[in-house]
Amino acid sequence: MSWISDIDWAGVLIQGALIGGLYALFAIGLSLAFGIMRLVNIAHGDLIVLCAYVAMIVVNATGVHPLWSIAVVVPVMFVAGYLMQRSLLNFTLGPSILPPLLVTFGISVIIQNVLLEVFGADTRRLNAGAMETASITLPGDVTVGVFPLVIFSVALLSLGSLQYLLYRTKLGRAFRATSDDAGTAELVGINNRHLYCVAMGIAMAFTALAAVLFSIRTSFDPSSGAINLIFAFEAVIIGGLGSLWGTLVGGIILGVSQSLGGSVVGPLVSDLIGNPVAAQWQILTGHIVFIIVLIVKPDGLFPRIRD
Amino acid sequence: MNESQVSASPFIVERSTRVSQVSAVVATLGLAVLISLPYWGSTGSMRLIAEMAYFLALAQLWNLLAGYAGLVSVGQQVYIGIGGYVLFASADWYNVHPLLAILISGIAAAIISLPMALIVFRLRGAYFAVGTWVVAEIFNLFVAQVPKLGGGSGYSLTPDIVRSVAPDRAVREMLMYWMALALSVAIIAMVYLLLRSRHGLALTAIRDSESASESLGVDTYRTKLMIYIVTALCSGLLGGFIFLQKLRISPESAFSINDWTVVVIFMVVIGGIGTMEGPILGLLIYFAMRELLADYGSWYLILLGVVAVAVMLTAREGLWGLIAKRYDLHPFPVRRRLVRPPAS
Repeated sequence: MSWISDIDWAGVLIQGALIGGLYALFAIGLSLAFGIMRLVNIAHGDLIVLCAYVAMIVVNATGVHPLWSIAVVVPVMFVAGYLMQRSLLNFTLGPSILPPLLVTFGISVIIQNVLLEVFGADTRRLNAGAMETASITLPGDVTVGVFPLVIFSVALLSLGSLQYLLYRTKLGRAFRATSDDAGTAELVGINNRHLYCVAMGIAMAFTALAAVLFSIRTSFDPSSGAINLIFAFEAVIIGGLGSLWGTLVGGIILGVSQSLGGSVVGPLVSDLIGNPVAAQWQILTGHIVFIIVLIVKPDGLFPRIRD
Repeated sequence: MNESQVSASPFIVERSTRVSQVSAVVATLGLAVLISLPYWGSTGSMRLIAEMAYFLALAQLWNLLAGYAGLVSVGQQVYIGIGGYVLFASADWYNVHPLLAILISGIAAAIISLPMALIVFRLRGAYFAVGTWVVAEIFNLFVAQVPKLGGGSGYSLTPDIVRSVAPDRAVREMLMYWMALALSVAIIAMVYLLLRSRHGLALTAIRDSESASESLGVDTYRTKLMIYIVTALCSGLLGGFIFLQKLRISPESAFSINDWTVVVIFMVVIGGIGTMEGPILGLLIYFAMRELLADYGSWYLILLGVVAVAVMLTAREGLWGLIAKRYDLHPFPVRRRLVRPPAS
């Protein structure tokens, strides 16, 4: 087991934590929709993949750097989110959880199979050029990739701006009022149905942002949605429902677990039982940590909303 | 029903209806025809009917979970997979007879479902749904790590084990066909009797309002737990059977959310959730669409998705709900209805 002493622990932990930023970005859309309208969007992962394909179309059509596609994908998905809420999801809201769950479930299957029919099953990836491989060396001889740093910074900025939106603006006050008590909010003149559409638009805008970064970091295909939904969900539950910065902590814990799973747990299991397949341990370790958190702290680390 | 209590009131409690008596006769005749199918039908039709039979059982089980107990699970494939793998392991490692191994599959799934319920029951509503999915993914990834179970690429039953079911291939086909029918009829009958029992009354109350049923003394947690374990048991039996028929298992096929959960949910939602008739109608619609659109790739799934979304938005009781409302048909009377007796 000589490989254990060769592990670059600082590198493994930092890389994992930075990727956690991506999971936090994935989770923003999910927790915004849940926080404001108590809607759990099962199609969230497939919407991320849909955004990635939209970004791919923009890049292929214009030849710009993938990051510039954000300028198109984010507004397009804001409108798409608004319309999806207005034409479909607003009609599912009510005391029963079945309609929103099953409608978003249906949307998920539709998106996944339409993408399959239109783009085929090939895996795709957006090429961001030199940025992908560039790295900087931190004091203590720790090398950190530039792109993971970009992802983490975007996550921090996104959460910061969302915090500002929710707690410092008029719109945010309306969101919080509706979240606390939708009926009373309407009594004081808030148009909930319109507000829900705006909330879903904002959720989709953040999702689009996450999706462009995701499409550069990881290769994707029409079936990649499920695992993205699961990562977003795990980050939300580990962090605690409704807690903005808890989601970031949840994402970091998930990212670090996966990183450790890939470079420590997998090889260790491989050594112990002589199994050559170690790659899957990255995801598996993340899942196991999620289950442990669920057993030990069922409300997550920083719970905010109780329903 | 305690007749002496209700006789004083001008109403009587009615359970079976004329329609349900007629449909019971029709169902018995239909079943007799299906049992005789191997003597006059083709192998292809036997396989299709067997597939329809176990999908109907799966649909009834999911309906029991989601439609009655309010446990909207999208992770039921985990018990199909566990059932399949336990069958392979017990037949291959311990030389258990495959038909006996199916029973072991069900029991194993039930045993595993208890600790799993204790974990996923901590999540509520829609988060419960995603939680069950994560658990299924864990099993999927975990089984792929076990070389003795064929790892990620899966493995096949040896010819010796296959022959131990029945040496002759034609006899084996017949035997498997009848088993599919027997398993499905047993599971559907179990669901029916369960819904007509005291527990069924509790379940219907939970379906209509969880907090109201709790306030009337229904132990919702225990009722849900019981339903979760019973459906795991039945799904395990079906999983064992399905993979004994397929003769080959892999993590991808055993824990496939698309094969074992997505289509089942569509059947139930389109047909009508929260009734026993709905899943039957949904099953017929699903198979009709699949056979008609067989040449168009995954378009049938897209169409099913569109129909399911439309049904949820416009007619939440599903297509059967529309029919039942219009014609007052109840072939599977699990409700207790108050009716005024005809004046005599």
